[in-house]
Amino acid sequence: MKHLLSTVGLERAQALEILDVAEDMADVATRAVPKLPTLRGKTVANLFFEDSTRTRLSFEAAAKRLSADVITFSAKGSSVSKGESLKDTAQTIAAMGVDAVVMRHSASGAARVLAESGWIDAAVVNAGDGTHQHPTQGLLDAYTMRKTLHGDASRGRDLAGLRVTIVGDILHSRVARSNVWLLATLGASVHLVGPRTLLPVGVESWPVTYGTDLDEAIADRPDVLMMLRVQQERMHAAFFPHEREYATGWGLDDDRFRRLGTDTIVMHPGPMNRGLEISAAAADSPQAVILDQVSNGVSIRMAVLYLVLSGSSSQEAAE
Amino acid sequence: MTSILIRGASLPDGTATDLLVDGGVVTEHGSGLSRSGATVIDADGLLALPGLVDLHTHLREPGFEQSETVLTGTRAAASGGFTAVFAMANTSPVADTAGVVEQVASLGAQHGYATVRPIGAVTVGLAGERLAEIGAMARSRAEVRVFSDDGKCVHDALLMRRALEYVSTFDGVIAQHAQEPRLTEGAQMNEGALSSELGLTGWPAVAEEAIIARDVLLADAVGARLHICHLSTAGSVEIVRWAKARGIRVTAEVTPHHLLLTEQLVADSGGAPYRSGYDARFKVNPPLRRDEDVLALREALADGTIDIVATDHAPHPVETKECAWQEAAFGMVGLESALSVVQAAMVDTGLIGWEHVARVMSRTPAEIGRLPGYDAPFAVGSPANLTLVDPSSSRVFSVDELHGKGVNSPYLGRELPGRIVATIHGGVPTVLDGGLLPAEEVSHG
Amino acid sequence: MPARVVLQQADITRALTRISHEILESNRGGSDLVVLGIPTRGVTLAERIAANLERFEPGSGVVGTLDVTMYRDDLDRHPTRTPSPTRLPAGGIDGKTVVLVDDVLYSGRTIRAALDAIGDLGRPRAVRLAVLVDRGHRELPIRADFVGKNLPTAVAERIFVRLDETDGEDAVSIEEAP
Repeated sequence: MKHLLSTVGLERAQALEILDVAEDMADVATRAVPKLPTLRGKTVANLFFEDSTRTRLSFEAAAKRLSADVITFSAKGSSVSKGESLKDTAQTIAAMGVDAVVMRHSASGAARVLAESGWIDAAVVNAGDGTHQHPTQGLLDAYTMRKTLHGDASRGRDLAGLRVTIVGDILHSRVARSNVWLLATLGASVHLVGPRTLLPVGVESWPVTYGTDLDEAIADRPDVLMMLRVQQERMHAAFFPHEREYATGWGLDDDRFRRLGTDTIVMHPGPMNRGLEISAAAADSPQAVILDQVSNGVSIRMAVLYLVLSGSSSQEAAE
Repeated sequence: MTSILIRGASLPDGTATDLLVDGGVVTEHGSGLSRSGATVIDADGLLALPGLVDLHTHLREPGFEQSETVLTGTRAAASGGFTAVFAMANTSPVADTAGVVEQVASLGAQHGYATVRPIGAVTVGLAGERLAEIGAMARSRAEVRVFSDDGKCVHDALLMRRALEYVSTFDGVIAQHAQEPRLTEGAQMNEGALSSELGLTGWPAVAEEAIIARDVLLADAVGARLHICHLSTAGSVEIVRWAKARGIRVTAEVTPHHLLLTEQLVADSGGAPYRSGYDARFKVNPPLRRDEDVLALREALADGTIDIVATDHAPHPVETKECAWQEAAFGMVGLESALSVVQAAMVDTGLIGWEHVARVMSRTPAEIGRLPGYDAPFAVGSPANLTLVDPSSSRVFSVDELHGKGVNSPYLGRELPGRIVATIHGGVPTVLDGGLLPAEEVSHG
Repeated sequence: MPARVVLQQADITRALTRISHEILESNRGGSDLVVLGIPTRGVTLAERIAANLERFEPGSGVVGTLDVTMYRDDLDRHPTRTPSPTRLPAGGIDGKTVVLVDDVLYSGRTIRAALDAIGDLGRPRAVRLAVLVDRGHRELPIRADFVGKNLPTAVAERIFVRLDETDGEDAVSIEEAP
């Protein structure tokens, strides 16, 4: 696997390989010495044009657990805010000698632009590009779901038969997009719920069912309920009147949480707006696997870094 | 000025003839013509078309000379078989005064590669607030007849009404870039399932159609001429068809790229030299749309609902395309490839013949822009504006064929038919043997 | 090139039985022994040895697996390898005598990686090495404590180990490289 840019086009075998290698990586965390020497001598550059502490730290932890060196570039106060282009920033980092670039950028498609530009030689891992994709998030979500479904016998298994409902601002969510295609590849069935204004045009052609009624979706007893963050920036662009209206229609409040039943797991990519899209009771309940998502994130990212950085360079791009 | 003897060319109506050009005009037809001292062009197997006229070009000068100049833009035009271009007003300063339009016109005349007719802005600075000095521009030496805020939409209904009323008094025309701004804020590509998947803000078809619907009704109420730039959707075609059926004086143009390319190229470019996805050389305003739109536009060009082809040639510096999609500039160059693309999309598919091509790419655009000399191009006494084309050749389009400053073409690596062998502008050759003639020869010719 | 079978099923069984006795002898009994197989076929052999130990001295057949993929020194020279699970027995390896088991000992690099892996997992009292076949050509100063059969080979030759549990039969054969 040369780059990881998107879960669209990620084949089932490749996706399962990433999840299975992540199982081994998760084991490492339990050891006396929670490190592997595998990527010693490799350098991973974190190129974060958009702020994100959690994802950046997660990738940093993953790289360090594999003994790779990490250099971090974040946009605030950097040359980028002074007008330096993506091309120049990438080439500057590459001139320092890096083997992999983990990039988060506000423009959809930026990761592919970087990967195919010829400006750098390194492997590219997409840590979020605009509203397009966030593949490691999709993978850690799938990993978390698989663990819930199959426990210790997860290796080699897919998500056939699993029913997943994703709620919220689907239109602007790269997490939703990464999840939708990966879950379909792994055999899960996906249902999307949100206000009409936040469901994407053309959603009929996605491998999902969709609707605008959360209560109906909950009555359907999904195995997984994933709540997406409401982005406050969206309020003023006329997507809906105000937060209270959103919370009333699509928030996982205490009442809805009670109706959910104890078999459904509750997920959230974070950071949460407690009291808006998810109530405190729901977020802190035993059904919520939100912190598992975080620790699984490190394992998944270790697996991804291992797969793009080891192995001879005569390999095909898989994205 | 040397005379030119063209031997054995086929005219669009199918007849073969020799043509003699002298002193800037066509002086003789026949066969077996001869003339001592003339430049002889063997046109056996070649098609003679009237010089092409582009009603929608961006020459970028004054103000954006890093993207293109009147010289480089008209050289690109000549290499594509064009002998006249209408230059859009979104320069810097904007062409909203008599002074700027006269400057642009005179630069064109000086260089000599093509006749440059400046288009005047509708509003001052293209800001959409106050009307520009439309009358002064019409009366100036540039004789402006076409007015457009292209790049931007004249979205204020009252301003559009006033502009239509104003130009109706001297047979001018308002050329509208139909794009409702509130529906297309931050828009990047056609709105649809693909834009949703790619995470790019959509440009909905209704944003174009709603403006066209409003404007044809305004043109009807005012009794003025209206021209719609770069029609791109099937819905827009239907509105124009309806308007024409009611006798409304609306004309419409379509770009070559909207006749051939679709939004799929954003997701999957088909290979080198483009990035496999998100290559901003396919980013254009209005955006590439769906197969159904391409088919509707082709039909409309064939049945006359769309009157002309216009390139919307929009050169940009390399760094504005070599970046993430949403940071990239909108636009494609098109002068050099226009005729080939029209041949591929319309002639080789059997939808229209070469006479129809001559109409939509020369006679009618000249008529809409009130440019004289193009109504009977091969008649004795007509100004000699013609181009000789080899329709049977085909080649892989490459950067070498781009003669302006812009290399932002969506056809690189694609096989395209037809080749311009010669172009003659006002009796002066600008292209011979498929190659541009140097500036000193053309400007003193 | 036809393969030359050098060990049949009976030979393999006898070799493993002998190795199991040798392990118990050198350890002076079965206490604090942990047998770790290196995937893939080392795991099968480790299980057979552990079963033998359990027969000879009940309670001594403690077994696990040790994956060394992440510690290899040649990851960049081959297509990406998928690791296998590492499963240590419940008692861990601290203070134990770990017996590593692999099918073929050749350059010694796999065992070097295994020693690094063990180092990150705990601190055994001692580490021993048992292999079914030692084919020579060591590139590192590593030797096996318990050997099923010494098979001097040319570098151009290849050794194939087949085991019933994974390959349907027990046999060790040598083949010239094509």
